[in-house]
Amino acid sequence: MTMNSDKKVCIIDYGSGNARSVYNIFQSIHPFVKLSCMPDDIEDATHLVLPGVGAFGATMEKLKTLSILGILEKNVLKDKKHFLGICVGMQILAGEGMEHGVYKGLGWIPGTVKIIDTRGLCLPHVGWNNFKMRRDNALLEGINQGTDFYYVHSYQFEASDTKDVVATCEYGVEFAAIINVENIYGVQFHPEKSQKAGKRLLQNFMRLT
Amino acid sequence: MKKNRIITVLLLKNGFLVQSRLFSRYQNLGNPVTSVKRFSDWAADELIYLDITRDNVYDMHRDDLGHPNRNNIIEIISDAARKCYIPVTFGGRIRTMEDIETRLANGADKISINTKALDSPLFIKEASREFGSQCIVVSIDVKIKESSYVVMSNGGRTAASYDPIRWAKTVEENGAGEILLNSIDRDGAGNGYDIDLLHSVSNAVNIPVIACGGAGTWEHFAEALDKTRVDAVAAANIFQYIDQSVYLARKYLFDKGYNVRSPDLMLEKEDSRAIL
Repeated sequence: MTMNSDKKVCIIDYGSGNARSVYNIFQSIHPFVKLSCMPDDIEDATHLVLPGVGAFGATMEKLKTLSILGILEKNVLKDKKHFLGICVGMQILAGEGMEHGVYKGLGWIPGTVKIIDTRGLCLPHVGWNNFKMRRDNALLEGINQGTDFYYVHSYQFEASDTKDVVATCEYGVEFAAIINVENIYGVQFHPEKSQKAGKRLLQNFMRLT
Repeated sequence: MKKNRIITVLLLKNGFLVQSRLFSRYQNLGNPVTSVKRFSDWAADELIYLDITRDNVYDMHRDDLGHPNRNNIIEIISDAARKCYIPVTFGGRIRTMEDIETRLANGADKISINTKALDSPLFIKEASREFGSQCIVVSIDVKIKESSYVVMSNGGRTAASYDPIRWAKTVEENGAGEILLNSIDRDGAGNGYDIDLLHSVSNAVNIPVIACGGAGTWEHFAEALDKTRVDAVAAANIFQYIDQSVYLARKYLFDKGYNVRSPDLMLEKEDSRAIL
């Protein structure tokens, strides 16, 4: 088993509003945490986290401006490092996002990001909501079905292949709450703001070897 | 199912946590940062921090506590955010895009604007485009004048030319993500929310409305959830004086079948540092 000291997590610092919150909670669960967008820190990490609040297009634009898309692709797709995208950090895993226009995403998990058809409920979907597990997943180890996580978003990830969806959440419609393909994970909610359940999920992410 | 939220409001004046009554009388409650930790531990669904300082003096006078004194709001935000793993909104004295950016960068999840939005509704649009609607809360202070509702700016001191419904629709059209609706007449009174106000505004918009001003008992939370479409109930004073207050409020509502997070979840033992 990989020892604690072998694992290093890098929170990608690309100017997303809540990177600091994500950094704070990781500091409380793991000794080696960096908040950085430097290629060396990304290369040095074993686990990568892409936090996110804000719009799809703006997020992709910020990553492009920093010229780190290439190094992220190498580390995630080729080196197969564990990757966790949070909220819009999950959404940009899709090939395409339709928020204020049509934007190209990373395309690491096939899908499209569209506005939630809430059938009359308020948008954004903001607050605590429970999840339904579609299949077992390491991220959900020790977290009971029905546990609430904190969401704040208006768009949802429509996965092309439903088997990439680990858990769903319901708000007018059922949408993807957690997605996973191989070493790539995405969560629509904010684990860094979901108290104990969120902390547990991030600990589970750090347990991945 | 999405739950109704129970939100704690913390009022900050010149670096101190204060209690407010009718937007004009204030009583000092002490250190704002330790309170944040306490409410996070007690499982509030969110915290809203409103800086109602009217000059520029921040001094927590905490020489006795072994913490550094904090002399500006940004440091207070940063301190508070480090101690809490629930969403935190910061409002008060926000006038520029840079004000928003600095608050978010220091750990705020959302910001709340009031006077600046009334001065320039386009600021809401600009802010929601730049940072996303999900982090732009517009706070609306309402006062009854000559038996009709009037929106007030400048911390309740100046009447704006809007009635609450028209203003709520305007902020929604401009991209606000949520509305924090506060009754000045009920502020600190503890005799219940202004149900008519909450009802009319929450029916007029399709963004979440947070009820504020007047909660004095747990029943007042229930009443707002029963009689209006508000998404969340918020309060300041009622949560300050009772040990485990948020937990007790949650338990009251949960036991009566309201759609709130279960109080049991908060009783788990705190995880110690993970052994990986």
